[in-house]
Amino acid sequence: MKIGVLVKQVPDTATKIVLTANGRGIEEGNVKWVMNPYDEYAVEAALRLQGPLSAEVVVFSLGPARAVETLRMALAMGCDRAVRIHAETPLDAFATGNALAVAIAASGCELVFGGKQAVDDDAGQVLQIVAEVLHWPVVSVANQLHVHAGNDGITVHRPAAGGVTEVVELGFPAVIGCDKGLNTPRYPSLPGIMKAKQKPLTEQQSRDLLGGVSPHVVLQQFSLPPDRPAGRKITGDPENVAQQLVDWLHNEIKVI
Amino acid sequence: MDCALTPEQQQLRQMVRDFAEGELAPAAEALEREERFSTELTQKMGELGLMGVMAPQQYGGLGLDTLSYLLIVEELARVHASHAATVAAHNTLGVGPIARFGSEAQKECYLPDLCSGRRLWGFGLTEPDAGSDAGNSRTTASLRDGQWTINGAKIFITNAATTITAGSTVQCVTGTDASGRKEMSCLLVPQGTPGFTTRTMKRKMLWRASNTAELFFDNVRVPEDHLLGTRGMGYKYMLQTLDSGRLGIAAMGLGGAQGAYDAALAYAKSRKAFGQSVASFQGNAFKLADCAMQIEAARALLYKACWLKDAGHPFGKEAAMAKLFCAQTMKLVADHAVQLHGGYGCMEEYPVARFYRDAKLLEIGEGTNEVQRLVIARQIGCFESA
Repeated sequence: MKIGVLVKQVPDTATKIVLTANGRGIEEGNVKWVMNPYDEYAVEAALRLQGPLSAEVVVFSLGPARAVETLRMALAMGCDRAVRIHAETPLDAFATGNALAVAIAASGCELVFGGKQAVDDDAGQVLQIVAEVLHWPVVSVANQLHVHAGNDGITVHRPAAGGVTEVVELGFPAVIGCDKGLNTPRYPSLPGIMKAKQKPLTEQQSRDLLGGVSPHVVLQQFSLPPDRPAGRKITGDPENVAQQLVDWLHNEIKVI
Repeated sequence: MDCALTPEQQQLRQMVRDFAEGELAPAAEALEREERFSTELTQKMGELGLMGVMAPQQYGGLGLDTLSYLLIVEELARVHASHAATVAAHNTLGVGPIARFGSEAQKECYLPDLCSGRRLWGFGLTEPDAGSDAGNSRTTASLRDGQWTINGAKIFITNAATTITAGSTVQCVTGTDASGRKEMSCLLVPQGTPGFTTRTMKRKMLWRASNTAELFFDNVRVPEDHLLGTRGMGYKYMLQTLDSGRLGIAAMGLGGAQGAYDAALAYAKSRKAFGQSVASFQGNAFKLADCAMQIEAARALLYKACWLKDAGHPFGKEAAMAKLFCAQTMKLVADHAVQLHGGYGCMEEYPVARFYRDAKLLEIGEGTNEVQRLVIARQIGCFESA
C-alpha cells in the first residue's frame, strides 16, 4: 500500500509579516519557513502506519523551490520519497487541490493525510478539493485514528460542535485532515537527516497535471489588520466620568 | 576556508534547536534545582543520534564531520549547558578515545551501546592532586599474570556515575621510561568491576543537571586486553583527545553566549523604562551590539578551527584560541544579559541566571584559560630562544 502526505511550507507563526510594495505578496527576506504545524501531525500519522501496513509513504508539496526544505524535513522524519509540484503562476486552492489530486492518483496512494488547514492562509480547502476530485471520502478534521484489525479500513474520530465526537468508519481510499492532539510528531533524527539525502525527490509541473483546469480565485491584494487605535482616557469627577462614559457607549459605540 | 553549512547541517541545527527548545527548556529549571541528571532526556538525545556523531558507522556511529558535531553542541548549549556537557563529554571523551585508539574487539564491545546513547562512558584524567599538571597523576596500574591492578582516584569526571554508565577510560601510571619519566597508559574499566566505585559529586555551582563523579580504585583488576591502544601512549592520547574536546567546550561557549544574548535582546526590547524600551537606551544598545559582534567573531574562529581539523591541517593552536575566546565571550555576554535583566536576572526563573553560572566552567574544564594561553604561547614560539 502507498500512503500520501500533503505538506505546505509556511512562515513560522512568530514571523512579523511585511507586505511587498504591490501588496500581492509578503516580503520573504526575513521569513523563517517551517512545515505547516498541522502537517507535522499528518506526517506522523502516516509514519505510524508505515510499518503496520507495510506502506510506502510519499510526501507531496505544491510550492516554490524553497519548499524542498520542508519535503526534506518529511524525508528526514521517515517518509520514503517526495514530490514537489512546481507552479509557474500562483494557484488558488481549487487548482492546487486539482494538481495534487492528479499527482496522488498517478502515484497509486490509497490513503492521504494532510494538516486540517495551513496556518498561513487558513483556508482549509485543499484536502476537501483533493477528495472531491478523486471522488474519495474525506474526514476534514481527525483527532484519533485506528486502523481496522484486517488492515482494510480505518476508524477516525472527528470532533464536532458541543464536545461531541463523530466516529467515522472508512475503507480505503480516503483522505484525512489531521488536527492537534492526533499524535506527537517526532523530531527528525540525525541518521534520518543523513538518510534523507539518498531518498528520491522528484519534481512535477502543475501545468502538466492540471490539463485545462485553471484557478477560480485570483488574489488581488493583501492588507494588514489596521493598527489598534489609541485608547481614550476619560477624566473628571466620578459623576462627570460616568456621564461621558454613558454618552460614549450609547452615542458613539452604540452598545447600550 | 568554506564554512557554508550544507542543507543537512542546516537541517540538523534546526532539529537540535527544536528539540532543545521543546524538550530541554521546559525541564531545565527543575533539573537544575534538584541537581538531577535526566536519563530519559539523555537517551532521547541518543535516539536522535547525538551520542556517536563522529564515530565510524560500522560501530553504530554516524561518521559525521566535526562541524556537524559542533553545531549540535552549540544548539544544545544555547538552551541548557548541562545537556550540552553530557553530549560533548560523551562524544569526545567517552566515545572518542575508544573509536580512535581502541582495538577491533574493544570497539565492537563498547561502541554500539555508547553511540546509541543507551550507555555512557567517562574519561578519567583529573585527580584530586593533578589537574592542569596531568603528568603528576598518581593513579597506578601494574601488570602481573595477565591482569592490571589499578589503585588511586579520579575527580570531576563527567558522565561517570549515572545509572547508564558502562565504565570509564582511566589514565594510569604504568611504570617509568628509560629517562625516569612516568609512563602513562589508558585502561578501560567497566562499571561493577570489584574494587571500582563511583560517587556523584553534589552541590555544584553550575552544570547542575550533568553528572560529575569521583572514581575510586582499590586493587581493581582488569584483564590485560583492557589496555587502550599502546602501553605508554596515554599522555599522547590524552592530549589528542583534549584537542578535540576543546572544540566541544568552545561550542558550548558559543552556544551559551548565543542563548544569553537571545534572551537579553528579547527582554531588553520588551521591557520598558522611562517610557521606552530598555534596548533603545544607547548604553544598553551598545552592550547588545558588542555581544552580537563578539558572538560572530567567536563563531568565525571556532568554525575555522573546525575546518582546519576536518581538512587534516594542524589545529591545536586554533582550538585553544577558540576555546579561550568562546569561553570568554559567553562570560561577557552572560554578564551583560544579567545586567540587562536587572533584579530578575538574579532569579533562577530567568535562564540568564543559569547562563551566568554555567559560563564559569568553560574557563576551567578541558584546560583552564591559563592552559589555553600556554598552548598558544608555546605554538607561537614564546618559549624558544631566538
